[in-house]
Amino acid sequence: MDADRHAVATAEPQRRFRQDPLLIRIPLILAGIVIVGVLIVIPVVNVFYQALSHGFGTYWRNLVDDADTRHAILLTLIVAPISVALNVAFGIAAAWAVTRFRFSGRTLLVTMIDLPFAISPVVAGLMFVLLFGLQGYFGPWLRDHGVRIIFALPGLILATTFVTLPFVARELIPVMEALGPEEETAALSLGANGWQIFWRVTVPNIKWALLYGVILCNARAMGEFGAVYVVSGHIAGQTDTMPLRVQKLFDEYNNPGSFAVASMLTSLALLTLLAKVWLERKTRREIAAGARIGSAVPRIDDIGETP
Amino acid sequence: MSIAVKNVIKRFGNFVALDDVNLDVSGGSLLALLGPSGSGKTTLLRIIAGLEGADRGTVHYHDEDVTKRSPRDRNVGFVFQHYALFRHMTVFENVAFGLRVRRAPKDKIESRVRELLQLVRLEGFGGRYPPQLSGGQRQRVALARALAVEPAVLLLDEPFGALDAKVRQQLRQWLRRFHDEIKVTTIFVTHDQEEAFEVADRVVVMNNGRIEQHGTPQEVFDHPANPFVMDFLGNVNVFQGRLQNGKMLLGGIEMAYPDYPHGESRAATAYIRPHELDIDRSPADASSLRAKVLQINPNGSVAKVRLESENSHLELNVEINLDRYAELGLRPGDLVHVAPRRFRVFFPEDYAI
Repeated sequence: MDADRHAVATAEPQRRFRQDPLLIRIPLILAGIVIVGVLIVIPVVNVFYQALSHGFGTYWRNLVDDADTRHAILLTLIVAPISVALNVAFGIAAAWAVTRFRFSGRTLLVTMIDLPFAISPVVAGLMFVLLFGLQGYFGPWLRDHGVRIIFALPGLILATTFVTLPFVARELIPVMEALGPEEETAALSLGANGWQIFWRVTVPNIKWALLYGVILCNARAMGEFGAVYVVSGHIAGQTDTMPLRVQKLFDEYNNPGSFAVASMLTSLALLTLLAKVWLERKTRREIAAGARIGSAVPRIDDIGETP
Repeated sequence: MSIAVKNVIKRFGNFVALDDVNLDVSGGSLLALLGPSGSGKTTLLRIIAGLEGADRGTVHYHDEDVTKRSPRDRNVGFVFQHYALFRHMTVFENVAFGLRVRRAPKDKIESRVRELLQLVRLEGFGGRYPPQLSGGQRQRVALARALAVEPAVLLLDEPFGALDAKVRQQLRQWLRRFHDEIKVTTIFVTHDQEEAFEVADRVVVMNNGRIEQHGTPQEVFDHPANPFVMDFLGNVNVFQGRLQNGKMLLGGIEMAYPDYPHGESRAATAYIRPHELDIDRSPADASSLRAKVLQINPNGSVAKVRLESENSHLELNVEINLDRYAELGLRPGDLVHVAPRRFRVFFPEDYAI
């Protein structure tokens, strides 16, 4: 308590001393508010305003009455979780390989994980078309065996997974690097097998980072447009996802419909954002709690209590 | 259970961590692997545990070759330098881990963990998490966790390295008593010679991936096998001189050395510990050296005196007991006589370092 008050007392004048003059502060704050307002707040609010401009009933009918829109929503809700699941598997495997083993090509692997961030999604989509499309390398073979990838669900999943590849791995690598292999080695020496080590030691230690990666990955997967646009062939009622449906409705001058789907997509994004904020608060609280308990519990000193 | 390490070689890239190491540990003993950092002691411990594989050579547990066995199947308890406690588990769950992964029955786990927490004197701490414990408590949780699976061998990597001096002192004595109680073959790694000598039955001194000496603390301290061991085991005064006709000649003095009766003169190095030198006001015999007192540091039970010999300007470190110090009434600048009570001789060409 005393220490806290002391800290506040010394911090206060220092802060005042460090502050910039009003002449600089006010324009900077105003610039921040204006930019966020014009670029983010007004457009987002407008999406909802436009969507609901003809009342909630119309809004609802726009979403559920159109079979193609219903299918697009369903398709997004199928593609996104599958991509997320694939990325969880890949992310854990990649983070494990990169942080627990030293092998040649390790740096290259770390760099390659970032590649999807650098490549334009349209190009990514195109790459899959060139590989699996009818004119692509594997296209004829796949057609002969009755497998459809391009213009079908597998293509959507492939493209979405590619674009979101870095999210989980990039969250996990620094966390697993910081944790180090010691606890896993300890578990091994205590007789645990690989599976037990993974579920009992590794997963509990990385669960928050993993969840964070999943949330970001999911947000990106649901919103993906470019890569999916190329591989889907945007066939209404078959390969249109929500973002593609928004664009198509807009092109057809069906503004209320377009905005209705857009508002739903935005709501999903806002939900993701809320989940992210909640998670950040929770992990920060957990760390703070750990530190507080650690210092507040009286430490019965070591051998002092032994007879 | 006895442990034997035979002709083990381990390289990390170009660095030779272990160079043809042989070691026998008798069952039930408490052995210290002592050496400076980089001497290979931790690597040897990890190879014994199976956490590291040897490039060549074998590890035997009681006549059984376990070289190819994974650490899971070796039944060792390993205590890591930084404890490596599972931070998301309570103390109870940490200790229970080894039993849980072996699918031991619940009631057996319960009673075994209680028993172990009592053994390491942490009853009532079962519900805490590792960050809520002090360093010494964490150390003992790590020990209880390693013991839960009833290991045939207990291996500890720098067990007291991360603790402060007072707790370290207490835990050393505790480990000694603890080992006397449970009698499981124990090997621990340390770079602190005092720790090794205080706790262990036997000490293995390592350097540059090789074992320099293996013996009881007394043997190693009184009869160091070579200059490295001599030097590593604490402060020592080093004199370059010559041997001839049963005498060691150092600067202006000569000392009897009957082990070398030959007439041919040979270069030799004498090693004398600070407590093996006496200080006197008057010259004792031909073996005393005139020296000037530079600095005096009465430190606990002894006074540490730093001197400079008058003709050869060698620096000498001497430890005398406080009674003797009071009797002499030494002051910096005094001219006194220093005489060795005993010394050891090594020939430099035998130990090219």
